[in-house]
Amino acid sequence: MHDKAALLRAARPPFSLGKALCYGLGFAILAWSWRGAEINPLTLVQDSGNMVRFASDFFPPNFKDWRLYADEMLVTIQIAVWGTALAVLCAVPFGLLSAENIAPAWIRQPVRRLMDALRAINEMLFAMLFVVAVGLGPFAGVLALWIHTTGVLAKLFSEAVETIDPRPVEGIRSTGANAMEEIVYGVIPQVLPLWISYSLYRFESNVRSATVVGMVGAGGIGIVLWEIIRGFYFAETCAVMIIVIASVTVLDVASAHLRKLFI
Amino acid sequence: MDSAVSVVVPAVKVTALSKTFGCCKALDDVSIDIRPGEMVALIGASGSGKSTLLRHIAGLARGDGDRGSIEVDGRPMQTLGRLAQGVRKNRSGIGFVFQQFNLVGRLPVFTNVLTGSLARMPLWRSLSGFFPRAERELAIEALERVGILDKAWVRASALSGGQQQRAAIARTLVQKARIILADEPIASLDPESSRRVMEILARINAEDGTTVVVSLHQVDFATRYCPRAIALKTGAVVYDGPSAQLTPDLLRNLYGSQAEELTAARSTAMSSAAFITDPDVLSAAIAVH
Repeated sequence: MHDKAALLRAARPPFSLGKALCYGLGFAILAWSWRGAEINPLTLVQDSGNMVRFASDFFPPNFKDWRLYADEMLVTIQIAVWGTALAVLCAVPFGLLSAENIAPAWIRQPVRRLMDALRAINEMLFAMLFVVAVGLGPFAGVLALWIHTTGVLAKLFSEAVETIDPRPVEGIRSTGANAMEEIVYGVIPQVLPLWISYSLYRFESNVRSATVVGMVGAGGIGIVLWEIIRGFYFAETCAVMIIVIASVTVLDVASAHLRKLFI
Repeated sequence: MDSAVSVVVPAVKVTALSKTFGCCKALDDVSIDIRPGEMVALIGASGSGKSTLLRHIAGLARGDGDRGSIEVDGRPMQTLGRLAQGVRKNRSGIGFVFQQFNLVGRLPVFTNVLTGSLARMPLWRSLSGFFPRAERELAIEALERVGILDKAWVRASALSGGQQQRAAIARTLVQKARIILADEPIASLDPESSRRVMEILARINAEDGTTVVVSLHQVDFATRYCPRAIALKTGAVVYDGPSAQLTPDLLRNLYGSQAEELTAARSTAMSSAAFITDPDVLSAAIAVH
């Protein structure tokens, strides 16, 4: 018994200063952010009566205007369809041009930085800008999703291209094919399943994003949501949220099944 | 005789080619002349520079910059370590057969074989995939010649190694290549597939007059199929002459203890037949030996 305790003590990993510092730093960051974020758990308890009343306002959901909600949800999906389709078209050349094994550094680096910029800015911000440029409505949403998604997909596409097997490409090169033909016959067949899978995944997340770009006036169900939340129509809000959750779930499941077909 | 030969433009002419990788010379002042219609074996132990030499001839790699040049069919491929202009066009006349086949696994065999015609195709056709009827017929013909027509619409990755290599040879036929460079085409194949691949290469050489240069590390295949052999050792040519004269004694003289690696293939080829379980393949393998 006594021996076992001694063995356990001996088996304990030695104390590491670096590890302790890492933990300390982690806790310090959490504590520091607590103040900035004004976290106050007590309000959750103190105002729990309010919360219950607020939550009970949501139920039962009011589906009186379900036709409007369904129409706007369809528009939302249509925004996502076009935003994704245009982004896929643009991401193919940009993705190839930012791949290490395709493009020389003087092309690759500028293209990559441009894609970083497109990716860094959230679609909501782009939506606000495009509402100013092309006016209120779904088209501004399409443009916003297109630009942001191009940045995301170009990066994913180029990463897929960088992992290909170079030997088939050399096989195509040995026939005297030119660079474009090498890409079409040697590179794209290898990356196509991944590209399709990434595109479908981005379509799913674009449907989610399209539900919020409407809040800044870029069309779709977001506009409805914004108006009824601001008018304190919580039963209606609940109905819209249920419709959004249902459509997003259906599309997620469908696209997950589709993606399995291509992998 | 000699004067008649010298008039003929050599199919492959390598002059004073060297290639240095870091510290080591992979090719050391190699000069060879291959006449049109020859079938030549390039032999040597692994690491002797066979693949490197073939890749240089095809313009897939560049030699050292201080000296050396390569001409194929009288057209320069590279000079002083720089690829010649129009090397892509010249490549189309050279069919390259790789040890690992280098087919595009996800494309059907038929499309893989059709890529042999890319260099002749206008860009809109090759990018859209609308190959003219004549080219598709040529591909069918090529597949029939190498005996895998029934696999035309199967994905290349689903084929056995021997079938993939035959598809790769069919690709060179669609290329209408006047020269086939085969880099260890049978090193990853079983004995029966090896025999078929070598027989197909020999038939193309005999029927079409295509020049064939094939690197091998099994001397018995070289003596059986190639009248002429060029032997490399640490990047230098140590023998160039009739393959029939490559006796075990000569090989021992050339390679010392490395000679075993070249002749051992004979015994492993024999013994591996004993491990084949498929009865059809087994009887075929027995028929060979």
